[in-house]
Amino acid sequence: MIPELGQFALILALLLALAQGVLPIIGAWRNNGALMALARPAAAGQAVFVFAAMGILIHAFLAYDFSVAYVADNSNLALPWYYRITAVWGAHEGSMLLWVFILNVWTVALAAFSRHLPQPFVARVLGVMGLIGVGFLAFILFTSNPFLRELPMPADGGDLNPVLQDPGMTFHPPVLYMGYVGFSVAFAFSIAALLGGELEQAWVRWARPWTNVSWAFLTMGIVAGSWWAYAELGWGGWWFWDPVENASFMPWLVGVALIHAQAVTEKRGSLPAWTVLLSLFAFSLSLLGTFLVRSGVLTSVHAFASDPRRGLYILGFLVVVIGGSLLLYAIRAPKVATGKPFAALSRETGIMVANLLFTTAAAMVLLGTLFPLIGDALNLGRVSVGPPYFGFLFVLLMAPAVLLLPFGPYLRWGRAEGRQLTSMALRAGIAAVICTGAAVFFVDGRLRAIAGVAGAVWVAAGTLAYVVKRWREMPFGRRFPAEMAGMLVAHFGVAIFLIGVLLSESLSTERDVRMTPGQVEAVGSYQFRFDGVRETTGPNWRADEGVVTILRGGDVMATMHPQKRTYSRGQVQTESAIDPGLFRDIYVALGEPMDGGNVEGAWALRLYHKPFVRWIWLGGLFMMLGGFLAAGERRFRAKKAAANAAAPAKEQLA
Amino acid sequence: MSRFLPLIAFGLLVALFGFGIWWNTAHDQHEIVSPLINKPAPAFALPVLGDDTRKVDKQSLLGKPYFLNVFGSWCIECVHEHPVLSVDVKQLGLPLVGFNYKDDPQDATAWLAEHGNPFDVVIVDRDGRAGIDFGVYGAPETFLIDGKGVIRYKHVGPITPDVVAKEFRPALAALAKEGP
Repeated sequence: MIPELGQFALILALLLALAQGVLPIIGAWRNNGALMALARPAAAGQAVFVFAAMGILIHAFLAYDFSVAYVADNSNLALPWYYRITAVWGAHEGSMLLWVFILNVWTVALAAFSRHLPQPFVARVLGVMGLIGVGFLAFILFTSNPFLRELPMPADGGDLNPVLQDPGMTFHPPVLYMGYVGFSVAFAFSIAALLGGELEQAWVRWARPWTNVSWAFLTMGIVAGSWWAYAELGWGGWWFWDPVENASFMPWLVGVALIHAQAVTEKRGSLPAWTVLLSLFAFSLSLLGTFLVRSGVLTSVHAFASDPRRGLYILGFLVVVIGGSLLLYAIRAPKVATGKPFAALSRETGIMVANLLFTTAAAMVLLGTLFPLIGDALNLGRVSVGPPYFGFLFVLLMAPAVLLLPFGPYLRWGRAEGRQLTSMALRAGIAAVICTGAAVFFVDGRLRAIAGVAGAVWVAAGTLAYVVKRWREMPFGRRFPAEMAGMLVAHFGVAIFLIGVLLSESLSTERDVRMTPGQVEAVGSYQFRFDGVRETTGPNWRADEGVVTILRGGDVMATMHPQKRTYSRGQVQTESAIDPGLFRDIYVALGEPMDGGNVEGAWALRLYHKPFVRWIWLGGLFMMLGGFLAAGERRFRAKKAAANAAAPAKEQLA
Repeated sequence: MSRFLPLIAFGLLVALFGFGIWWNTAHDQHEIVSPLINKPAPAFALPVLGDDTRKVDKQSLLGKPYFLNVFGSWCIECVHEHPVLSVDVKQLGLPLVGFNYKDDPQDATAWLAEHGNPFDVVIVDRDGRAGIDFGVYGAPETFLIDGKGVIRYKHVGPITPDVVAKEFRPALAALAKEGP
């Protein structure tokens, strides 16, 4: 009975979303206050029923209700309760429900924190959010219903994919979706502005904190995903350029561009059309990512067959949402007229260049992701491009961005002075050269490591020099407004990230070895002693657990327990052991026993020494923090719309 | 005009996706028609797993139909397929040749030790050259090659009991009808 209530809740949510999507927009068009006022209650009602549906699905998992097909497919009696909750988004149907759930979280937040905005504008924004909700709710109900019954009810369920049975998976999808779906807010703002013809600066100011927060969530989600891949997939990589990762990375890249473009439009009134276009792109790429991952268009031969109806539905939805919004843009953009002009040497130009680099990078990732499909279409056979393509082009596009990054804060709005730039470049350049010179002695001539140190010091020194300059020149209390602090923290994160990527890529040592108990192997400056394998069990798995003692100069540094788990349905999963450290990770993965009867007790082991690998995620966390910080800017929180309009661009001097 | 550019680019993307959906529906990817079907299998001479000095070539296998199963220790689906291979396919009574594709022989030996070895002989295609000649798409794949060395049938993806019943048995029956 209860799962049917979930179904009813979804149907009611769909009807309320329809009301939320259609009536307020008509109201804003006809200037009918009663219709516009419907937006908030309809949004609240939709949220209540979507939250109820989510709760009911969680309940079905917790109560082992295997009569629900989705529950039976993705959980079983032995699965611990916390993984039964995460199993809710472990497969297609549930992750779509999670999508709508998070859309409603954003809508409720938007309804609550938009009281100071003009009513027609809020009505349009919430209306657009409602229409997006309609699309996804109908998709769930008609093609991917998580509440479908399975009769007769099986005695026990299948299993959650063991790869997903990891603490990282408990929060990675919700956080990632917070970012993904969050771009719908910036999208809704842009559409509302296009509809209303209010292409002035005010709406961009309202949209900025939302964009920053969703971008920060997306950053956190990607960092968590990368960390999870590193810890769980058992071969020490942290980024693989696979379609699922690319799907989240494209909106992130466009998000970077959008955050900066919004700053330009809000403060200077330049590039308004470009800002609108970028917010359409960011959300379009989020939708596209969902489509690519869910439609089966890009599935490889050996993946599960997916339902072509789903693919068609999403494609239709994409046509309506993306095609519709781009058409609206094409028709209404002339209203935007031209933004304010700016000099060739100005912060606007700097941001414009960075914007082009980031959007080109996103287009490059899109092209690479779609390459197999293009190959099919042009009858070239199934071709795909891998890390060499992405690695090469991405570095090529990002190198100039890194080079230009420290100049950003020094560039003045409107027209910049060359003198300050050269003095900054001189200082940061000298620092970079000195540190690189010192680093050469430690990394014995490995080019990428040297490039990493040089790039990181260049960015860090340039950013810190600006911190010092602000500190000296501005009075107390006005030195670092939240927006600027966020920018500096995020830019500093880039430096940390560069160190992490380039040093760990070039200095890592890894060895695949066959080890008998008692044998010692040296990797880097560490000795790994293999002390044999014992058996152990968990709630729904048993495992061979290796014992590896790490020694350095005779001292025991750590004892590690890599596992090879066999889950109750026979799936095998490697659980690597990691000894983390700020300056190096030690990573051990257990392979296979080396002889049939395992008389000698010899096993294949994978031993890694990865210097600075943790800085990759640390850098990501700094960028995330920057995003959240910047969203706290006081200007964004002004209570009255009128106050906003009157606020002059105080930051012009910055 | 330039403001219509994003829309036009998106139109192209939609066309591409529409094609992708059509393609995936029209082509059951597990039944990719190999251009090699009913053509002689490519010539090969590959070392035997565990004994580098011995080589098996196409000629030495002529005379009796056999299955050639492409596998690798790195291949996840192969683990799922393995029990079916060991029981259902084995029951068909034909020799079973393992084609160890792009794999480390040590890993392959360990993998067979763990999961059992249903193969009459395992040949090693370490760099995947012979695999290209065979048009191997990935692992697992299974070929049925008749006594004259002609590829009669190919299955892409893991074998299930259903595939054995609905595809392998008819293919074998067709072969038997022609007589020796």
